[in-house]
Amino acid sequence: MTDLRTHAAEIADQFSDHLDVSADEVEERLESLVTEYRVPVDEARRSVVNSYLDEAGIERDELAGGGGNEQTLLNDIDEDEMWVDVRAKVVELWEPRSESVAQVGLLGDDSGRMKFVSFTTSELPELEEGKSYALGNVVTDEYQGNFSVKLNRTTSITELDEEIEVGDDSTSVEGALVDIQSGSGLIKRCPEEGCTRVLQNGRCSEHGSVDGEFDLRIKAVVDDGDEVHEVIFNREMTEELTGIELDEAKQMAMDALDTTIVEEEMRGDLVGFYYRVTGPTLGRYVLANEVERLREPADAEELLIKARSM
Amino acid sequence: MSSNEIPTREVARRVFAQEFNDAGYTFKESDDERAPVYLLLPTGERANRVFLVGTLTEKEDVGEDNEYWRGRIVDPTGTFFVYAGQYQPEAASALRDLDAPAYVAVVGKPRTYETDDGSINVSVRPESITEVDAATRDRWVTETADKTLDRIAAFDDEGNEYARMAREHYDLDPDEYKRAAIAALESLEQADELSA
Repeated sequence: MTDLRTHAAEIADQFSDHLDVSADEVEERLESLVTEYRVPVDEARRSVVNSYLDEAGIERDELAGGGGNEQTLLNDIDEDEMWVDVRAKVVELWEPRSESVAQVGLLGDDSGRMKFVSFTTSELPELEEGKSYALGNVVTDEYQGNFSVKLNRTTSITELDEEIEVGDDSTSVEGALVDIQSGSGLIKRCPEEGCTRVLQNGRCSEHGSVDGEFDLRIKAVVDDGDEVHEVIFNREMTEELTGIELDEAKQMAMDALDTTIVEEEMRGDLVGFYYRVTGPTLGRYVLANEVERLREPADAEELLIKARSM
Repeated sequence: MSSNEIPTREVARRVFAQEFNDAGYTFKESDDERAPVYLLLPTGERANRVFLVGTLTEKEDVGEDNEYWRGRIVDPTGTFFVYAGQYQPEAASALRDLDAPAYVAVVGKPRTYETDDGSINVSVRPESITEVDAATRDRWVTETADKTLDRIAAFDDEGNEYARMAREHYDLDPDEYKRAAIAALESLEQADELSA
């Protein structure tokens, strides 16, 4: 079977519930785009699928995977808008920040962890934290180089009897905290559904002037003398690290009539000390799950032995 | 590197005061006006930023019209000189508020200037100065000894570009810094024995 024939068969299969379309017919359309109009195969496939979607009057969401999906490991997901099947454990559920989001959290399998989202409109059964599922027909999504999976109304959810082992993709960095970057401390986030962008001077880069919601976070630089690591502490970790809670931070800002006082205070408390931070990496950031101030120096005696033998 | 790539942050090197003050040679690695300036460390490494922890023993406002703070920060091998003025407002206000003696951590950029007699002085232009504790200072001493020994161990490696530069620009023996690192570590051990 030629490459185009494979694509054609898959597409025909996907639409089998909605349209009476044969693989031959699909192949013909693909063939025309690819050979006559020099369209790359991926783009041709996309365009043909879109035209059938129009014809059938359905959304991409509603399209059956047709069993053509590949069982994928989370860590292997490296493309936007791919339909895949995963077997994963729900590692963590987060509080959805928007009403359109039914559930948001982290899935894990032995290759790593990945964010997932399911939407209210999909009306799916709820996933439970700590349980393992086979999720059929989920779609991948990419934002600034970071991947996630979206559940949709065609997603099949089967709870597994076995427990999926979750690989530990977290890293541990150790070094001096040498800087706290702007946009740390008491910040405001965009309240628009599913946005959560940090506001700059009361403005969201997407939604303009909005009435933001207060949050705490720290973007810090941990430097071990050979490498620099950027670390993000969320509200919970920021509170644990600094002992300053959100309400207290708001009070500080109110008393000073200035929100930057919180960042300054944190800078004075943290910069110059040594820390070990553990957590998953997201792009160039380490997302802190654990943090420990290092109070004990390394073993000087061992170093002396090394030095004297040089 | 493409032009729209985010420039990577320069790492903060660990270097004892003795070696830092012996360094006087600076260089750039590109013709770009905004390219980072590196101080060449005598043990063969480039430093655009340093992190140091020591005892602030003295501070003085040496400015004439504007505040210009000079701090002396002592480690087991010598003294770092730190200067902060109106363009380093946070560090300047930290120096103003601190009472010597105190353990402080400094993140900053090396600066060199030529004195009237033609010798080169090396100082630190701080990005931040924060008060820390004795444990952090001890940790810095062992860490800096470790990094210094690593640089010395790699000094004769083939392809060590900065060691080659150090041989070319300095007439300094890396073994001297090994002795200083050992003495610094021994000073921690002795302090342990005294407090035991």
